[in-house]
Amino acid sequence: MTGRPLKQIHLAAHFPGVNNTTVWTDPASRSQIEFSSFRHLAETAERGKFDFFFLAEGLRLREVKGRIHDLDVVGRPESITVLNALAAVTDRLGLAATVNATFNEPYELARRLASLDHLSEGRAAWNVVTSSDAFTGENFRRGGYLDRADRYTRAAEFVRLAREFWDADGAEVSHAGPQFDVTGTLSLPRPPQGHPVVIQAGDSEEGREFAASAADVVFSRHSTLAAGQAFHTDVKRRLAAYGRKPDELKIMPGVTYVLGDTDADAHERAAEIRRAQVGPRTAIAFLEQVWGVDLSDHDPDGPLPAADPVPDSALVQGRTRLGDPLEIAAKWRATAAEKNLTTRELVIELTGRQSFIGSARTVAAQLDEHVQNDAADGFILVPHLTPGGLDDFVDQVVPLLQERGVFRTEYTGRTLREHLGLPSPGGR
Amino acid sequence: MPRQLHFSAALDSPGHVRAGHYTALALAAERATLDFVTLDDSFTAAPHRPDALAALARLAPATGRVGLVPAVTTTHTEPFHTSISVNTLDWVSEGRAGWLVTVSGTEEEARAFGRRPVAPPPELWAEAADAVEVAARLWDSWEDDAEIRDVATGRFVDRDKLHYTDFQGRYFSVRGPSITPRPPQGRPVVVVALNADDLPERTALATRYADVVLLDAPGPEAARAAADRLRLQAGEQLRILLRLGLALPDAVAADALTERIAGTGGVDGFHLVPADPGRDLAAFADRVAPALRARGLLRTAYTGRTLRDHLGLARPASRYAAGPDPVAAAAPAPATTRSPAEVSR
Repeated sequence: MTGRPLKQIHLAAHFPGVNNTTVWTDPASRSQIEFSSFRHLAETAERGKFDFFFLAEGLRLREVKGRIHDLDVVGRPESITVLNALAAVTDRLGLAATVNATFNEPYELARRLASLDHLSEGRAAWNVVTSSDAFTGENFRRGGYLDRADRYTRAAEFVRLAREFWDADGAEVSHAGPQFDVTGTLSLPRPPQGHPVVIQAGDSEEGREFAASAADVVFSRHSTLAAGQAFHTDVKRRLAAYGRKPDELKIMPGVTYVLGDTDADAHERAAEIRRAQVGPRTAIAFLEQVWGVDLSDHDPDGPLPAADPVPDSALVQGRTRLGDPLEIAAKWRATAAEKNLTTRELVIELTGRQSFIGSARTVAAQLDEHVQNDAADGFILVPHLTPGGLDDFVDQVVPLLQERGVFRTEYTGRTLREHLGLPSPGGR
Repeated sequence: MPRQLHFSAALDSPGHVRAGHYTALALAAERATLDFVTLDDSFTAAPHRPDALAALARLAPATGRVGLVPAVTTTHTEPFHTSISVNTLDWVSEGRAGWLVTVSGTEEEARAFGRRPVAPPPELWAEAADAVEVAARLWDSWEDDAEIRDVATGRFVDRDKLHYTDFQGRYFSVRGPSITPRPPQGRPVVVVALNADDLPERTALATRYADVVLLDAPGPEAARAAADRLRLQAGEQLRILLRLGLALPDAVAADALTERIAGTGGVDGFHLVPADPGRDLAAFADRVAPALRARGLLRTAYTGRTLRDHLGLARPASRYAAGPDPVAAAAPAPATTRSPAEVSR
């Protein structure tokens, strides 16, 4: 390592989501919708001096084979409303909402985010997502979908326009662009942060470029050291073209973790959690997501199907695609053959293995190693249990990070921008 | 003993954008044991104010009983977002949410969205009725017992208890189901502000969908006549609150207000619109509320937890639930009357 000062780690708490990472069968699992659960996790995050609390979004219930997917948690609240309520029971914690740029309009969303920033005294963040499809569009006036390139065109213009509204400080904004032709005036002064923090999660070429041009934080999916470093290097080198310094964009991979008294205990617990996350029917559902055909008669404790996947299948709706089905199937077959795994064992092995597993000391050391070696600037922690899933991390790992001198022992700033060390945006 | 009245108050405070201001007002309203507070909204530059639903969500955890009724406009917004936002307000307030249904009729608001030209009020209110219909279907789209957490079969929900709303109207269509489970109140309370002689479309929305009407009438006789007409169309379950300006600079004004409230008949209560919210809501709680309680016109303490409890309105069954009562499985309603499910509250 070089002689530079230790990098400080940034931490965020992701409320457990509507996918199989969240283990609802655990006896300690509580409501996914009652306010008390959101409050518990947010208060835990603030006790741990986290930078922010994060809520995901999905605007249509997921479907498999034309029916609502019933194996994972289903249902969630509207994010910004929950965050406004959480602003009343927290004091410093940043409050991040995922909100789709396709199924919202800039004036209204800029106003809602400005309201959250005022009502929380400078703690609002917006995770801009652009995923849009005809399936989700059936719940909205605009319907339809945008193709991939247009999604980012719209998102980029959306963010620019939202910032114009925020900067205007209650004055009129007139904007005529390819996506939006609007003239309006927000009923609010400039938000306390100037601009609420903008988070971006896309991993494609367009997504990375959009992040470099417009985002304050990247919610990345690259949680291993090597992949994290490659991503970090790639995204940070794009910043100069937009006149930005490497520090002005924080890269925070979404990560899972399992703690134990010893590393061996932790690995044992991790395996148990993986089995709970991938039951027999969930294993088949993953298989169908890749194969694109009904495999309900396939034996989860037997080998992979002999037939090849059907590309471009509409069998599964409302989820992120895993990639090219034929390529994935080839990889899965190779791994199954090499390690002699059944279908369910293979799904357990290849999907969603926890990012950090070990004693608190091991996990603290690994997180620190990732940050000091530029694989990340921090982490968005995704617990598997609602709402107590971060209790052990805050009790055991946070003190060790503080001992290492890489994580705050008290909040030094008031706003989320201050927690993240982001520059104050210039305005009018 | 006289019948207890229902009271609500407008918290509107042009120029205030900070949470503390609205929280203090709501706490005063709660001290006065009001049924609910309202906050108006629009997409115009003036007055300076935050998003109404956001402000009331922000003060929900700081209050315990008072109902929270933000204005949400239906003209440029997505009905799906409106439904889940009001639903979520009900979750974060543990059953205290309502929705003051409004429209955006100005050129200024149309230009802020740039999506459609300004439309005439009859059309806007017809569209608002569709938005309320969709919101209510989405609230009902999860039956109350849809979440089963059945470990044996690995199923988190019983998907037979999640329903497509399949609304197709003149202005929009919404497939459903909601992404948000059924709110604690089943359906948050729908509130519509009306003049005694309002547009037919706005009146029709109120008589078909509203739980509460905030009535503006030129005098007590006009109010009584309008209330009678509304009840004839909507039934006895509609709560009609007469809009009443509130200015309480001194004890004399408080006494006069008490007499006026006690002397007005034909309505279920009053919607207080303070001239100076900070001063007038505190004065109402300290001077008027005790006098009303002494006469049996105001509750001495909250007896229920939810806004429906305060208003004496039953929690509705989901229209999609195949319960023992066949009317619960709602047939489409004619335009001017309530559906069987709505009347059966």
